[in-house]
Amino acid sequence: MSVQAAAWWFVAPALLVVGVFFFVPVLAALALSLTDFDLYALADLGNLRLVGLRNYTQLLATPLFWQALGNTLYFVVVGVPLSIVVSFGAALLLHGRVVRFRTFFRTALFAPVVTTLVAVAVIWRYLFDTRYGWLNYALGAIGLPSVDWLGDPRWAMPAIIVFAVWKSFGYNMIILLAGLQSIPDELYEAARIDGASVWRQFRDVTLPMLAPIVVMVSILTIAGYFQLFAEPYVMTQGGPLQSTVSVLYFMYEEGFKWWNLGAASAVAFVLFVLLFALTVLQLRLARWASA
Amino acid sequence: MIPGFAGLIVNGLLLGTAAVSLFPLLWMVSVSLMSPGEASTFPPPLLPRDATLGNYRELFAHGGMARYLANSVVLTAAVTLVSLTVNVAAGYAFAKLHFAGRDRIFKLLLGALVIPAQVAMVPLFLLLKHLGLVNTYGGVIVPAAASIFGIFLVRQYALSIPTDLLEAARIDGANEFRIFRSVIVPVLKPIIVTLAVFTVLGTWNDFMWPLIVLSDQELYTLPVALASLSREHVQDHELMMAGSVVTTLPVLLVFLMLQRYYIQGLMAGSLKG
Repeated sequence: MSVQAAAWWFVAPALLVVGVFFFVPVLAALALSLTDFDLYALADLGNLRLVGLRNYTQLLATPLFWQALGNTLYFVVVGVPLSIVVSFGAALLLHGRVVRFRTFFRTALFAPVVTTLVAVAVIWRYLFDTRYGWLNYALGAIGLPSVDWLGDPRWAMPAIIVFAVWKSFGYNMIILLAGLQSIPDELYEAARIDGASVWRQFRDVTLPMLAPIVVMVSILTIAGYFQLFAEPYVMTQGGPLQSTVSVLYFMYEEGFKWWNLGAASAVAFVLFVLLFALTVLQLRLARWASA
Repeated sequence: MIPGFAGLIVNGLLLGTAAVSLFPLLWMVSVSLMSPGEASTFPPPLLPRDATLGNYRELFAHGGMARYLANSVVLTAAVTLVSLTVNVAAGYAFAKLHFAGRDRIFKLLLGALVIPAQVAMVPLFLLLKHLGLVNTYGGVIVPAAASIFGIFLVRQYALSIPTDLLEAARIDGANEFRIFRSVIVPVLKPIIVTLAVFTVLGTWNDFMWPLIVLSDQELYTLPVALASLSREHVQDHELMMAGSVVTTLPVLLVFLMLQRYYIQGLMAGSLKG
């Protein structure tokens, strides 16, 4: 058998799976979002009708969709910078020359990343408990009043952000740590010889050298944070007062609770277009900033 | 600044961060050993008065936990074995074998990495329903049998295999499948272990897709079962903590044993989060 023929045997299973179970569904999602696919169509395809852009216009007229979008943006806009700052801080600490037990600390800080999201969300639900939770106990210990973390519409999303940062900061920490370790020592030595302070070294050597990695990490983190779903599903069920309904939570309920599969596909597509536009924008900005 | 002082601050801050990272996990284990109701006191107790395995017994005897654990183990093992085989073969071919359209197909795959998996979920559900795979193990395994990210990871690693190695094996008369099995797979072993760890953790922890495609309680994976149990048993802290331990301890152990490979994989390059 020729190399070419063998090569096809090697890639065919992968291409078949990715094609049939990913590319076809993505294209079908676009088509589906232009139909009124619902419970009746699920029972009998004869009930299916093309409705053009009606799903999209109806979506834009649905207050809960806008609220879900707003909640998700809140989660992304506050959560992503916070998580990157924490990741960066932790990476700088771990990179320090004076650190003892480096491997232990790295493992400890990374451990939440590999835990099962649903399981740790259950734990944090109890840490946030108004009466018996550790968070309010700690607040009380320093003389602050209790907060109804998951029961107050103003606090539910901040609580979820705290949880998400705890769960995910270790991931970017490792990537940033790898970046820090790849900066040649000579650059710092040269800066020291020029009399640069620790702060100047950080600003003029560390930050510019890490900028490309920070851009990449931001893009991936934003994409990840936009996919908020399991946290509200387990911790708040979208409440209180729908303050933690995310775009995906909205899509899940629309599609798999009410079986409005056409409308759910439209939600998925809006999310995709939004993410795509944001990614392109960030890449442009990064290129412009480095030029 | 005095070096000793800086060391104290850096190590102190790390100790504090590590405490915040580990406390919820350690507290989970502690509460899972408490008797029912014990955690619902003020101030919240740190350690159980009399450690008991009662919550675990309850979960396995009446909560169906054995069944969910088995589902998670079977699905994770199946997805990992199948997708490793498929992704490693494809990743190697994209790196080292020439075939018509190779680079164009690979670019298309790379481009698709920006599409969130959730976009495909609704039509995928309908497709699997049509194929009779909804509410079966197959509904989880089949769509996960290949991943663009896995192909990409293997390809990047396989690019460094010297072509001379392949030529030598071909001159010896070995066919391409033989070369793959006895020359390539051993060389790729580190990246195979890395990808295996990623796949095990990703499949075990996955929530949204199993929640959608497995509606029969008998087929629930641990995360899906735990989410459903925690909605029923909001007040049973101790029972839920035991459920969380059963759900998350296996992946924590896998990570602790193989973290070298996991961290290397992460550091190796840009990963899809």
